[in-house]
Amino acid sequence: MNQNLYNYILGIADNSLILGQRLGELCGHGPSLETDIACTNMSLDLLGQVRSYYQYAAKIAGDGRTEDDIAMLRKEREYVNVLLVEQPNTDFGYTIARQFLFDVYHFLMLTELEKSTDLNLSAIAKKSIKEVSYHKRFSSDWIKRLGDGTKESHDRIQTAINDLWTYTDELFHQTEADKAMVEEGVGVDVTKLKEAYYKEVENVLETATLDIPESKYFQKGGKQGIHTEHMGYLLADLQYMQRAYPNMEW
Amino acid sequence: MTTTQQNINEKLIPILEQISDPEIPVLSIMDMGVVRSAVIEGDTVKIEITPTYSGCPAMDVIGDDIKSALKKAGYKAEVDLILHPAWTTDWITPKGRQALEDYGIAAPLDAEADKSVLLEGKQLVKCPQCGSKNTTMISQFGSTACKAQFKCNDCQEPFDYFKCLK
Repeated sequence: MNQNLYNYILGIADNSLILGQRLGELCGHGPSLETDIACTNMSLDLLGQVRSYYQYAAKIAGDGRTEDDIAMLRKEREYVNVLLVEQPNTDFGYTIARQFLFDVYHFLMLTELEKSTDLNLSAIAKKSIKEVSYHKRFSSDWIKRLGDGTKESHDRIQTAINDLWTYTDELFHQTEADKAMVEEGVGVDVTKLKEAYYKEVENVLETATLDIPESKYFQKGGKQGIHTEHMGYLLADLQYMQRAYPNMEW
Repeated sequence: MTTTQQNINEKLIPILEQISDPEIPVLSIMDMGVVRSAVIEGDTVKIEITPTYSGCPAMDVIGDDIKSALKKAGYKAEVDLILHPAWTTDWITPKGRQALEDYGIAAPLDAEADKSVLLEGKQLVKCPQCGSKNTTMISQFGSTACKAQFKCNDCQEPFDYFKCLK
């Protein structure tokens, strides 16, 4: 099996799985009916995309593993999502800030992945980017509404942006699998997305009357499987059913 | 049909037209444009369908419905899910668009108009109940992945708008 390609796919898919799980936690708990539905809709889009990636990864593994095994039965250290997406839904400000900081990256990454020489990945990217453009529109819109809203909403979204800023740099770190796949024309060179990313993020923050965080201290580790303390709890929730009732099917 | 032609055996069309999207029962999968090819090989029908949205939970049901409808017609069915080319709202047929409107769901506008409707609040979406264009978006996301929520300022009815996807 092509281990680099397999790892590369998980690197993309795990971000969507874990963010999808976080958004799914808001089902029935969103701050208003419309935002509740929006968050769960985005969760559904992300989980749908994840299925395509994991089905492809399972095919590459070729050892009988299924998409469900890959999603549900790995240990914490085997998940390679970035730290940003596992951060909790502390309040609506954090939920939106996390979404926005990821959506801008996600959109840029998919735009490049569309050009992949791997036809499966390019097809998934072409499908996903249509959905992700709606996500980005939603989260950018809310950044502006909250930032340029009341003093309370402004302060809270600013706090969330300041706190989550430390996880943004990791988005542009390359793994070994990344490097190998870029060389083959399959993968996206994430280091090249960085400039466009911060430019777009800063534009939206300025429109939203928010300050751009100055901190240059960045956290990393997710891509190597070293996660923040929130990840274990998230996985306990995600994997509960398969761990308690192994091989249970819907 | 902007990008690709469908390749569907004419004998199968009446069977496939009987199958509807479980979330929008008035719309057949043919009018929806999700069937990309259907060919008969001996006693087996090979069908390719494409999802509207990646996470669309209706796809599994649609696949099962196709198999059972074809079984009744005496065929074995092999259903494949394909992602490329990605589905667009342009593939909904004129008959399908009318069925949506009659059902109370506003049909998708073209991409540019859709953008201004969802971003700038321009009043272009027609209320499927009274026909007024004096409508407001409530949320970009609606009851299913493919819809946004609107309300009519004249007849006061809330309604779904089928989001444009290109």
